[in-house]
Amino acid sequence: MNSKPTNVVIAGLGGQGVIKASDILADVAFSSGVDVKKSELHGMSQRGGSVSSDVRFGERVFSPMVPEGEADYLVVIAPDQIEVNQSVLRAGGTLIDPSLIDESRLTTKKSINVALLGVLSKHLSFPVDAWHTALERNLPEKLRDANLESFTLGRNQ
Amino acid sequence: MDSHQQQDALALLSGDEAVALAAFDAGVTLGTGYPGTPSTEILEYFETLGGKAQWSPNEKVALEVAIGVAFAGRRAIVTMKHVGLNVAADPLFTVASIRLDGALIVITADDPGMASSQNEQDNRRYALAAGVPMLEPSDSQEAYEFTLRAIEISERWHTPILLRMTTRVCHSKSIVRRGTVKVAPSGPAHFEHDLAARVMLPPNARPAHRRLRQTLAAISAWNDKEGPNQLIAGSSSLGIITSGVSFQHVREVAPEASVLKLGLTYPLPLELMRSFAENVDLCMVIEEGEPYLVEGALAAGIHVEGKPNDFRFGELNVNRVRRILEGDTSPEPKRVPGKAPSFCPGCPHRNSYTALKNLECIVPGDIGCYSMGAFAPFDTMDTLVCMGASIGVGLGLRHSLPPEQAKRVVSVIGDSTFVHSGITGLVEMVYNPPPTGHVVLILDNGITAMTGMQEHPGTGRNLEHARTGKVVFEDLARTLGIRNVHVIDPTAQFDEFQKLIQSCLEKPELSVVIARRDCLLAARSIREFERCNEQQAD
Repeated sequence: MNSKPTNVVIAGLGGQGVIKASDILADVAFSSGVDVKKSELHGMSQRGGSVSSDVRFGERVFSPMVPEGEADYLVVIAPDQIEVNQSVLRAGGTLIDPSLIDESRLTTKKSINVALLGVLSKHLSFPVDAWHTALERNLPEKLRDANLESFTLGRNQ
Repeated sequence: MDSHQQQDALALLSGDEAVALAAFDAGVTLGTGYPGTPSTEILEYFETLGGKAQWSPNEKVALEVAIGVAFAGRRAIVTMKHVGLNVAADPLFTVASIRLDGALIVITADDPGMASSQNEQDNRRYALAAGVPMLEPSDSQEAYEFTLRAIEISERWHTPILLRMTTRVCHSKSIVRRGTVKVAPSGPAHFEHDLAARVMLPPNARPAHRRLRQTLAAISAWNDKEGPNQLIAGSSSLGIITSGVSFQHVREVAPEASVLKLGLTYPLPLELMRSFAENVDLCMVIEEGEPYLVEGALAAGIHVEGKPNDFRFGELNVNRVRRILEGDTSPEPKRVPGKAPSFCPGCPHRNSYTALKNLECIVPGDIGCYSMGAFAPFDTMDTLVCMGASIGVGLGLRHSLPPEQAKRVVSVIGDSTFVHSGITGLVEMVYNPPPTGHVVLILDNGITAMTGMQEHPGTGRNLEHARTGKVVFEDLARTLGIRNVHVIDPTAQFDEFQKLIQSCLEKPELSVVIARRDCLLAARSIREFERCNEQQAD
């Protein structure tokens, strides 16, 4: 029997970098050699509406979608989206939201998605180098330094 | 990276990207299509890899171009969303009977749950109706492998083939190992006259239909024995027949069950299904959408059980598959509704709808970002049927309504949608003008915005953003004999814009108003593409 995968849901509004954050997380899992799947809905959700992305990783992952009530971690970038997504979190699961970050210390407010990944990273067993590599691979060069700072801020929170 | 490394490489890819990679690895000569969620990324990624890809004005033309490639003995993929296959259905139903020399892979991306579509049609029904074999991948690895298998099947039986994807296969990412299926190199491009095989006049089409049924019988027999189906041994008390992404949910919910996972779902491997069902106490069919597999099985006298009717609607997922297997028909929990999408701040469509709302227009609408004109605070777009329908529907309203109402009808259509299937509507307007005249408002934001900023024939740039022939809407409208043709910026000239619409509505004449201003999200890229193209020209 396969052990259960780790389930992460990242949620927010179109334009906040939900998909980017889930790409980075999925890349970290992939480069660490575990099975990983990631899923989200594109299209209408891009126009400022609710967006969420599911990332699942572990020894073997089947469904690409995190089942309702089975998320181990719910990362929410827009506070008003907590209520919308709360039901995906399992009992005892961890909510990671902007209240955990001192936003005044972010170089750019836009990098809050990456700061929240920093918070998430403390809960997961991937080495910090894997995160740094994935951040570099998934972000344009001019945004890298600011995002690395944000990631570290979140990780040290 | 040398070719050796590439063959063994693992990558985390979406299903769309995996299809493109397979097409590239198989040396596909040309990819054609029309943008549509969730299929759009296939051609874009194919082009990024170095493949030749083109946006066509619509899916029918895209398929016809691809048919030409296959007639020349080469390989073609053609991509579209599920409703795109309605547009391409005419060539599809006839090319099904034509002997092809090359490979023709028709990729249909269905949208169960309608994340961004106007209906929930299940295109597996098209395979059955047209007599076109169909593969259904369940993740990115299969999207890669089934694209290659599709090429093999197409070339072996000289038939077009459908690759039926769904939103969760197209847009989910999973790990892909490259090089797991090898296909022979494509044959050389050539043409030999073979009128009896390719000219579908009745004397040729009658024997062609008989050949089609023979071919399908041969593929069915092959599918029973060697098709891309997967048998997972398990409990003898519960067997599950499934296909596509539903397979993944099934494996998670019922790891102990025996599973027959179908890859080639038309023609069905009925004998394989029969023997599977006979060897378990209870055989359930778990499928998303229409009861396609279950009806096929039941019609063949195979004892299976399907899902309750409620699960015909929307996507399946782990929770829903659990409910089906447990026979739980209690009401499903409703999720808190999310925030609806809306026009970007400063979007030119906002001004267009403000004017139409101020003028109390009746607005048959169309498909694109501007469909959000039906949402608050505008609530102004009155109808949405299919691509291009705004013009025909508007004309029908004009022909039927009392004059006072008829005079307020404005058909609203976007630039890409106009090229896709609005042009014939304009011809209809010229040919059968209503007594009150009519007003067509083309919302020209210079790009196919809804699907993620694709080029179209009205932008004058091709899929690679290089300069090419440009369809100029105002010239086209004037050429058709429409006298009142106006181009105006609805943001910079808002007052004039509203007055212009009003004056057009007051005349019993035909008018085309082109509200032209680039999409805010695309404007910078458009300027950059144009600058690069200017430099190339110099």
